[in-house]
Amino acid sequence: MLHLAEGLRLPTNGLDYTLLGIYFAVVLGIGFAARRSVKTSLDFFLSGRSLPAWITGLAFVAANLGATEILGMAANGAQYGVYTVHWYWIGAIPAMVFLGLVMMPFYYGSKVRSVPEFLLHRFGPSSHLLSSIIFAVSSVLIAGVNLYALALVLKALLGWELWISIVVAGFFVLAYITLGGLSSAIYTEVLQFFVILAALIPLTVVGLKRVGGWGGISDTLSGEKGGAFMTAWDGTGIGSANPLGANWLTIVLGLGFVMSFGYWTTNFAEVQRALSAKNLSAAKRTPLIAAFPKIFIPAVVVIPGLIALVMEPTLGKHEDGLQYNDAIPVLMRDLLPNGVLGIAVTGLLAAFMAGMAANISSFNTVFTNDIWAAYLKKDQPDEYYVRTARWVTVVGVLIGMGTAFIASSFSNIMNYLQTLFSFFNVPLFVVFIIGMFWKKTTPAAGFWGLLSGTAGAMVNYFWFYKHGVIDIPSDQGANFVSSIVAFVLGAAVMVVVTLFTRSKPVEELAGLVYGTRSPGAEEPPGEGDDAWYRRPALLGWGAVILAALCYIPFSF
Amino acid sequence: MNDNSTEKPAAQQVATNVEELERRSRTAARLFDVRRIIGGLFVVYGVLVTLAGVFASDEDLKKAQDININLWTGLAMLLLGLGFLLWLRLSPTIPPPAPEDEE
Repeated sequence: MLHLAEGLRLPTNGLDYTLLGIYFAVVLGIGFAARRSVKTSLDFFLSGRSLPAWITGLAFVAANLGATEILGMAANGAQYGVYTVHWYWIGAIPAMVFLGLVMMPFYYGSKVRSVPEFLLHRFGPSSHLLSSIIFAVSSVLIAGVNLYALALVLKALLGWELWISIVVAGFFVLAYITLGGLSSAIYTEVLQFFVILAALIPLTVVGLKRVGGWGGISDTLSGEKGGAFMTAWDGTGIGSANPLGANWLTIVLGLGFVMSFGYWTTNFAEVQRALSAKNLSAAKRTPLIAAFPKIFIPAVVVIPGLIALVMEPTLGKHEDGLQYNDAIPVLMRDLLPNGVLGIAVTGLLAAFMAGMAANISSFNTVFTNDIWAAYLKKDQPDEYYVRTARWVTVVGVLIGMGTAFIASSFSNIMNYLQTLFSFFNVPLFVVFIIGMFWKKTTPAAGFWGLLSGTAGAMVNYFWFYKHGVIDIPSDQGANFVSSIVAFVLGAAVMVVVTLFTRSKPVEELAGLVYGTRSPGAEEPPGEGDDAWYRRPALLGWGAVILAALCYIPFSF
Repeated sequence: MNDNSTEKPAAQQVATNVEELERRSRTAARLFDVRRIIGGLFVVYGVLVTLAGVFASDEDLKKAQDININLWTGLAMLLLGLGFLLWLRLSPTIPPPAPEDEE
């Protein structure tokens, strides 16, 4: 998946390794210190629903800011140019705001502990079990992909053998999640957020100076790649060609609506952070607080991608030369002296581990709570489930490590798998959105919508696209189309099935569908939550307007 | 699709179960404040990286385009770390009253 070229070895020294060592020690310390706060399964799975909004908000954005995301978006920057900002301003912010303002009252207010558990209440056991199993399997496999990517990067940068990285990183994640549960995952994510910024900001500053500032980048790349490369919308008319292989309609509908809403609103690895907030107001503010850093992240991720392209014009040109994924490592090698270099290596490693930890901590919750406790071993004392969750964590990490070793021999297959898993979110989103807004939707419609949407996305990707039945210019473009297919098919099946099956009585849907109120939504706001700067509507609309304003300099 | 029959009691049971667990939860009372960890780590990192900046070699400076990037990054990290410790000092976490701590 990540093909890092030879010759990327970083000139690290003792100082850099000291900084890295300190980080590992601190992470382990967090695990041990968080252990004493775990008394009930709710403490282990959702930090006892007690964290303040700024912590859950930063963890929410950090869980998404994994290293594959950072390296991948810098690579997109180098490959597609300024178009990459669509993944942030239209492909993330509206969905995050929708999650906070519209969906969170249902999630948090109904007191569910996971996204699949919401389906249990709204539809029933069949869709619950289906989505729990899909989620559990995909999280462990993605954790393995993450671990494998980490090992590849460390091999290129530090010369560590693959198996050493896999075992060491796997062990640390295993240790701190088993000890402290979600609390240690969230605390580590907040820490990682600051460390990765402390790495990316200096990298961007030095890089900009090297290539003569934004003007320098703009002049060089407009000259080499054409003016559209440095704009967000030029060349996205239907039928015109652009590097992204997508037009404005697939960008807005595919990326901005279905893919992004699918990922941000129903991916439990994200939503879990908000569910651990201390009250409804804090839960609503979690994705909204996360939206503000998200708006500015392209400045330290996409810009370095462009800088790398100016410095190394051969990036991505030759099979055995530097690849787009090498953008950030190249800058680290060429621009950072020892010291900041150590921070950058630590930040990258921390981001890989945090990405994996987010998958593992959501996996142990869904497996223990939604599969084991719901269908296999019911009605045990709570202590039993805490013990089970710890063992599930161990097993999950071990399977992830195993997947990483298998992935090293099938790197292409793993690449497909990751694309594939991105489809699971879209059908889930259809089921949620229709189930939340149309109270007649029947339990059977939930199940069949989920199944047919998932199958439809797979057929489109593996058959129509891969076998060339329809012509889509790039993998990214194909992803956008697959998710639109999943959405439309899932929605159509749900409507048809609903017309022929029996819906649940309205009184069982209180707090689960739009227009009803859940008992949890009536709790009084916490002290100080009525301050104007904590009002969810203001934060949410503020983020949307800010993201729209960010487009202006790149649109004309 | 026999989902309907046992639905309501199950859903209600889950909600009461969570309320009960929330009452017994110890995270709020016992989880340390993350500001202490961020503050501590960034003060240590800040000092180390600032020192690397103070003793920067000509080669280091040349590599970073004549910016003493270690010095600036180190100082910024130190400031961030101290900021978090100061925030913790000014508004410490108030542990909620623990009603019946049976341990």
